Amino acid sequence: MAYPAAVRDAWQAELAGIREKGIYKEERFIHSPQAARIRVEFPSGSELKDVVNLCANNYLGLSSHPEVIAAAHKALDERGYGMSSVRFICGTQDLHRTLEQKLTEFLGTEDTILFPSCLDANAGVFEAVLGPDDVMISDRLVHASIVDGIRLAAKAMHDTYKHCDMAHLEEKLQEHQDKRIRLVITDGVFSMDGDFAPLDEIVALAEKYNALVFLDDSHASGFIGKTGRGVHEHFGVMGKIDIITTTLGKALGGASGGCVSGRKEIVELCRQRARPYLFSNAVPPPIAASAIKVLEILSATTERRDKLEVNAKFWRQGLIDAGFVIREGESPIVPVMLFNAKLAQDVARDLYYEGIYVVGFFFPVVAAGQARIRTQLSADHDIPMLARALEAFKKVGAKHGILGLDKKGIIAKYGQ
Amino acid sequence: MKDVILSYIKKEYLDEDDADDMTLDEHTPLISSGIVDSFSMVSLKRFLEKKYDVKLPDEEATPQAFDTVTTIIELVNRHLAKKGA
Repeated sequence: MAYPAAVRDAWQAELAGIREKGIYKEERFIHSPQAARIRVEFPSGSELKDVVNLCANNYLGLSSHPEVIAAAHKALDERGYGMSSVRFICGTQDLHRTLEQKLTEFLGTEDTILFPSCLDANAGVFEAVLGPDDVMISDRLVHASIVDGIRLAAKAMHDTYKHCDMAHLEEKLQEHQDKRIRLVITDGVFSMDGDFAPLDEIVALAEKYNALVFLDDSHASGFIGKTGRGVHEHFGVMGKIDIITTTLGKALGGASGGCVSGRKEIVELCRQRARPYLFSNAVPPPIAASAIKVLEILSATTERRDKLEVNAKFWRQGLIDAGFVIREGESPIVPVMLFNAKLAQDVARDLYYEGIYVVGFFFPVVAAGQARIRTQLSADHDIPMLARALEAFKKVGAKHGILGLDKKGIIAKYGQ
Repeated sequence: MKDVILSYIKKEYLDEDDADDMTLDEHTPLISSGIVDSFSMVSLKRFLEKKYDVKLPDEEATPQAFDTVTTIIELVNRHLAKKGA
């Protein structure tokens, strides 16, 4: 065992640096199933506290839904716990095939391939299909896993456009007309801001300049659009997106797993070449079976996404009326803007004392000077619960003297 | 060269509302301050290569070398000199 003291010291110094910058991440231990109300131990070793959870990706409240749990139990009994194999050796059950077919149907695409996570889907897809004559043109605020995937596809050129700026995207499409494939890459709902990519405009530009469109709909699948199919349904462009990646780890049950769904040939190439698919285990049977159940529930009724929409509207309006600065939009991701990193941490901590579980985000997770608390709604919340949470926000907002202040006012008081 | 690069950076990386309340000069940190993220730096590199007809090797086009317009000009001039030599 060679673990030289100098190496240990160097890494300890790096960790100390992270702590000094105030960006050290600590886990909070939850002693209950994932839900709108959870029982939390934080800091480690402290007494358990019942809090309202406003930071989960459990948009549809399906993470602990009885039918989803029952489907997992049944699959556990009938098909076992794990596959002990990657998909193409001996890791594919009929459950995987069924889930892929159901996802294809749900997303309105040609075919689907499962990955261990959406991060893996994003890491694998670009390298699998693009070559040196191609260019990837991505929105500057796409998720970190897409950035990693683009980096892995090093043979292809990449370029970026300003966030949701269609004039800038058009310039880039014009600039890269000499390429074989132009792939426009965007999130559907941007995770830190909760805003939608203007997908109808992106598709129109892609048609005009002969480009393909990639959409990561992880923060939309299951609840955005009239029947919850995603941002492509919302903008009326279903069937026109060439590659959709999404996750089973958020609204669609919340466990793990992701997929690439889209043009047949792209999916087939992923089955031949995508490294996270080839070299990582199959999604476990209980998760595959539960995801099938989730899609059945969502195809039968829009009740949950409808309730989520009502909750999100109530919450957005409540925060505005209380005098907070929020990022406006329509999604259940509602960022409360505080601009100053320390203020974001202080407000999050005070809200926790008031029984509200939220987390402050600041540089480098979001742009410098754009610190915020990201609140996320769930169909598991109800209006009385949210009304009480709003009272807590008002109390803490008043304590810090930020209610009614605009961006300039908050920055004048606390700095950026 | 300074003004050409500054004007490209404003157009390529700043939104209109940012541009109003931000002073940008040749000493402003670009990458370490978050104005330009290292991932989006590629378009600036391509712009410089095209504009000044020079090849900037990937290993030299580091976030440090691209952190201010001053360091960018140094990098470009170094390669222009090599090319001329």
